[in-house]
Amino acid sequence: MLKSNNLMNSSWINSARRYRIQLSVSGVLVVLFSIFIIGRPGVFLSYDIYYAFMSTIPFTAIPALALTLVIVTGEIDLSFPSAMGMGGLVFSYVFLATKNIYIAIVACLITGLIIGALNGFLVTKVRIPSLVATIGTMYLWRGVIMVLCSGRGIPLVSTRNTFLFQALVGRLPWKKIPMQVVWFIVIAIFLWVLLNRHKFGSHVYHLGDNINSARMMGINVNRVKLFVFMQMGVFAAFAGVLASLEVTYFWPTLGSGYLMKAIAAVFVGGTSVVGGVGTLFGTCIGVIIVGCLEAGIIAMGMTGFWTQLVYGLIIIISLSAYSFLRREK
Amino acid sequence: MEDKKLSSLIQLVGIYKHFGGVSALEDINFEVGSNEVVGLIGDNGAGKSTMIKVIMGVHRADKGKICFKGEEVKNWSVEKARKCGVETVYQEKALGEKQTVWSNIFMGRELSNRFGFLKIKKAKEETDRIMKDYIGFTSKAITPDSFVNTMSGGEQQGVAIARALYFNAELIILDEPTTALSLSETKKVLDFIKKIKENGRSAIMISHSIYQLYPVSDRFVILDRGKIVGEFKKEEISLDGLVEEMYRIATTGHLSKKS
Repeated sequence: MLKSNNLMNSSWINSARRYRIQLSVSGVLVVLFSIFIIGRPGVFLSYDIYYAFMSTIPFTAIPALALTLVIVTGEIDLSFPSAMGMGGLVFSYVFLATKNIYIAIVACLITGLIIGALNGFLVTKVRIPSLVATIGTMYLWRGVIMVLCSGRGIPLVSTRNTFLFQALVGRLPWKKIPMQVVWFIVIAIFLWVLLNRHKFGSHVYHLGDNINSARMMGINVNRVKLFVFMQMGVFAAFAGVLASLEVTYFWPTLGSGYLMKAIAAVFVGGTSVVGGVGTLFGTCIGVIIVGCLEAGIIAMGMTGFWTQLVYGLIIIISLSAYSFLRREK
Repeated sequence: MEDKKLSSLIQLVGIYKHFGGVSALEDINFEVGSNEVVGLIGDNGAGKSTMIKVIMGVHRADKGKICFKGEEVKNWSVEKARKCGVETVYQEKALGEKQTVWSNIFMGRELSNRFGFLKIKKAKEETDRIMKDYIGFTSKAITPDSFVNTMSGGEQQGVAIARALYFNAELIILDEPTTALSLSETKKVLDFIKKIKENGRSAIMISHSIYQLYPVSDRFVILDRGKIVGEFKKEEISLDGLVEEMYRIATTGHLSKKS
């Protein structure tokens, strides 16, 4: 009996060690919400604030999920906000031209695919480090948006009556849950399966862990990187459409506000900046932390000026904690 | 001579390899026969690792040809080498250290269905069997789910060797396989190399230690500054003789007599 208890304890300890980063990030979330609920029970125990979070967080969350794969391979994509903008722009133009929302969404996804493929090409074939290559494409695509729409926005009110609008950003009958949350969950599950249950995911981890080993073992590292950048482009463009449809308006700077938030969410979620390690679960928690922080700070009675300071503190504290946790084997 | 040709497993003919202006391999003519263990000897920078990487298809030779079982294979690559049954246990082990043992065993050759979905349960069961049967891992602390960076250097080498064995290699290349190992673990690896031969497979072993190479090898090939400078069959030379020849090369740059 004693032996079996010991065994159970040791397997519990092993699991805790294995998932220590995920447990830590979940702990940060619990502590944060405890502070918010104790500080402002009126706000944080009502449904309204969660409704607001569900409406806005998916626009950061979807690119952050895709970005997790990019960072796990040891790369970075800073151009995804521009891909969001391009997705929104192409969607708006094609919709206005054809009045067909289905063609518009397909065109938007193809645009994302092309943007991702260009990044992948620059990184794998031209061999520009992704940090600089995607700074280039970030400016390039934002420039294209600005030139094409001369800096003006495009109203999308006429999309409201379509079925796809309801399917993308409508509200579910139950609790009026925003559809973008459903898309966030669907994409999270899809990418989780890809990363954890498909050989593509296994290649992503091995590539980020040790690219030479991956190459020696016959993994086509360039192809994996290309696919990773392509999925980033597609999901960013899709998030761009969701963000435009939510307000039924395309604006030319669409996406630029999500860059640092998505990156912060991935790192707060425990993904290693050097690659090979990271979970989509961590990113989901990270994105909730980052997404709730601003509202939380303001609800607590502090001014919005505190937001960045608290963001900085949370990022530094979590990354320091992970660094210590990873050193302990 | 005819017999040897017939039983030739892999042959490098007139191989040259340059890195920038530096010549790493020059006119390499090298052969491994079936069921033969070849010991590859040479100082640091002699070109041993480059030669191994050419055989593995990681580096493409600038000039020369590679034949497998007597037939030239054009555009030799990692995939082609693997298809021919060439497996390597690299000095740097070619492991993803932040990943699990099972994931490393099947790295690049995942057990999956036709849609690419992993058969994780089967991979873990196979890993458990491989680790016990081939390497004799009995430690309960190491499971298929263990992360490689929590294992000792020797244990990591064990994972790499088990992987090579599992994939039914015809030719196993061991690049300094005992460097990180304790004495008892080194003995295990040497026993395993003997088993390769017992099973009718071939091996190339690189080691700094002639004392480890001598008992397991059938033939010795000496590399110096990118060239093959000597070749001995075991019956032609004693261990002391081989040590003497190595010393002579290190000090004078050539052998006592051309072998």
